[in-house]
Amino acid sequence: MEVKNLVVRFYTQEGIVYAVNDISYALKEGETLGIVGESGSGKSVHALSIMGLIPTPPGKIESGSVTFQGRDLLKLSKEEMRLVRGAEIAMVFQDPMTSLNPVLTIGTQITEALKLHLGMNNTQARNRATELIDMVGIPDARRRLDAYPHQFSGGMRQRVMIAMALSCNPKLLIADEPTTALDVTIQAQIIELVKDLKRELGMAIVWITHDLGVVAGIADTIQVMYAGQIVERGPVETVFKDTRSAYTLGLLNSLPRMDQRGGGRLTQIEGAPPDMRRQPVGDPFAPRNPYRTERCLVEQPPLKPVDGGHPEHLAAAWYDLREVRKNKSQGEAV
Amino acid sequence: MVANALDSQNKQLDYKKTPIVSVRGLVKHFPIMSGIIIKRQVAAVKAVDDVTFDIWKGETLGLVGESGSGKSTTGRTILQLYRPTAGSVMVEGKELTSMKGEELRHMRQRMQMIFQDPYASLNPRMTVGNIVSEPLRIHKIMKGAEMREYIENLLEKVGLNPFYINRYPHEFSGGQRQRIGIARALALNPSFIVADEPISALDVSIQAQVVNLMKGLQEELELTYLFIAHDLSMIRYLCDRVAVMYKGKIVELAPTDELYDHPLHPYTKVLLSAVPIPDPDVEKARKRQIMDPEFDYSEPTSELVEVSPGHFLAARRAAAL
Repeated sequence: MEVKNLVVRFYTQEGIVYAVNDISYALKEGETLGIVGESGSGKSVHALSIMGLIPTPPGKIESGSVTFQGRDLLKLSKEEMRLVRGAEIAMVFQDPMTSLNPVLTIGTQITEALKLHLGMNNTQARNRATELIDMVGIPDARRRLDAYPHQFSGGMRQRVMIAMALSCNPKLLIADEPTTALDVTIQAQIIELVKDLKRELGMAIVWITHDLGVVAGIADTIQVMYAGQIVERGPVETVFKDTRSAYTLGLLNSLPRMDQRGGGRLTQIEGAPPDMRRQPVGDPFAPRNPYRTERCLVEQPPLKPVDGGHPEHLAAAWYDLREVRKNKSQGEAV
Repeated sequence: MVANALDSQNKQLDYKKTPIVSVRGLVKHFPIMSGIIIKRQVAAVKAVDDVTFDIWKGETLGLVGESGSGKSTTGRTILQLYRPTAGSVMVEGKELTSMKGEELRHMRQRMQMIFQDPYASLNPRMTVGNIVSEPLRIHKIMKGAEMREYIENLLEKVGLNPFYINRYPHEFSGGQRQRIGIARALALNPSFIVADEPISALDVSIQAQVVNLMKGLQEELELTYLFIAHDLSMIRYLCDRVAVMYKGKIVELAPTDELYDHPLHPYTKVLLSAVPIPDPDVEKARKRQIMDPEFDYSEPTSELVEVSPGHFLAARRAAAL
C-alpha cells in the first residue's frame, strides 16, 4: 500500500479542521507499522480515509492517493470500496461493543461477511466461522457462535472483532487503538494473539495507538504523527535509540518505565497540542520544542532521511538532535 | 540519582508512620433489584468485599486492579460519596461511617477528590473562578476580594494564568481542565486527596505535566494521596506503596519497589508482566506471563499476612510460599 500526499479536512461550523496535512508513506507486504500519535494527530482520521469511512460532509479528502495492489482506493465507487473492505483490507476499532450489532448472534455476523465476500453457503460459512472463533482463542467455538455480543466480555468481543476482520484472509489489517479500552492483562493477550496470527497468516498490519510501549513490542516500523503530519518514521529500534524528532524524544522522556525505580521529576513536554482549526505554519511542534530554531517557526520541515543514520529513518526537523545530545553529554561530563 | 534512590529507600524503611486514613473491613455491596411492581433485592454486587489498609501521612498509596475490581468504589466509599455496607473508615482519627449532615460536611474540607474526566467533572456554565471558589462559598470560609485573591493564588499554584478566572471550561484544553479540577480540590486546604485515574483521559504529552504538578503540590502542602490508576508505569513512578485489588479484595500490598521487584500474588505477576515497556530491545525479548483462563486468581478470604517488612500477601498464597 502506498499513501501519497493525503490531505483531509473537516468543514465544521467552528471552522475548518486541518486533520491530515499532506502525508505520504509506503507499507510493505507483511510489514507491521505502528502509528503513534495523540488525539488530534490525524492518526485515526487518515486510516478512516483510506477505508473510505470518513463521513462526507463534513469530512473531505482534498487531495492525495492511496494505491493498494495497483488501484487507487480513493477513486473507487462506494460499491467497489465495499468489496475491498473486509475482503482485502479489514479494520478493527477501539470499542468492540459499538462495532458489533447487538441484536445479531456472533455467528450471523461472521458468516455474513463470508457469504458476501467469498460466496460460501450456510454450512461452509458456519464451519469456517467455527474455525475462526477457535483460532482467536475463544473456547467452545461452535456453541459460542449462537451467543450475542453482550454475552461476551470486552476482551472476548475484541477477539470476535479480530476473527471477523480475518475471516476473508485480508492482505492488510488496520487496527485503530484495538486494546485501549481493555485491561492491561487482556491487552497483553490480544497483542500476543495478533502476533501469532501474523506469523501464521502473514498479513500486513497497521496498528494505531498512543502507547509507545505497545509499538515497541509489536511493530517493525514506527511512524510518529503530530498535528496531522508525520514527524518521524523508521525501523522501531532505530527510532527509539537514535531519535531525531523533538516530539518523539519528548514523549519517550516523559514516560516513566515500569522496569525502573521512581524518583525525581518526569521530563515534561510544555504547552498543549495545537488547535487543529488553525492552518499550521512552520513546524507544528515548534512552540513546545526546547530545541527549535528560528526556521522552525516559519517554514515547515520536509520529512527526509536523517543525516548519518539508518537509510530508512526519516524525520521532519530543521534542528539536529545529535547536536543536542552531544552538548548534553559534554555538560554532564563537566 | 543516587540521592533519589536513597530517599525512596528511606521512605520505605519508615513506612510505619502515623496513619491519616484507616480503613477496616470496608464492604460496599450494590443491590440488584428485580420485580415489576414489588421490587426486591435478589442479589448483590460485592464491589468492595472486606478491605483493610492504612494510608500514612504524606505518602502516596497506589490502588491498582482491573476494571470492576472495586478500586474506584473503594476510593469513593472512603470519602463517603457512597455509604459503606459495613466496616469503618477513620480519617485524621475521626470515624466517618457514623457521621451525618453537618458533621460530615465539615469533615469533607479535609478530604477531596480529583476525577478522571476533566470534561464531565466541571460545570460548563460556571466560570473557572466560580468552579474553584464553590467549596469556599459552600463552607462559608471566605468571600469578596479576599476570596478572589485566594483563588488567583490558587490558579497560579496549579500553573494556570490567574487572568483566566472569568473564562469557561470549554475554553481550556484537557490538561488545563485537570488543573482546574486540582485547584478546586485544593481550595479547602485538604490533607487527603483521592485521585481517581486523574491522568488517563489526558494526552500522553500532558500526563507528565499533571503528575509533576501533583508531586510538587504534595511536597509543598504535605498532602496524602490515594492514587487510583491502571497505568502501572505511572504508579511505580509516583507511589510509595501499592495495593493490588482483585474482585473486591486486596490480594497484595507492599512498598512500591518491593512489589515491582518481587511480586508474589499470581494476579500481581500477570498484571506486571502485561505492562508494555517503551523499549523495543526489552519489549521484544520479554517472556510474557499471560492470564490463565483456567486459573482462579481470586481469594476466599481477605486475610493478609506480612511476608516481609511491609509486604502483605493474601493468606492462602502466603501459606503456599
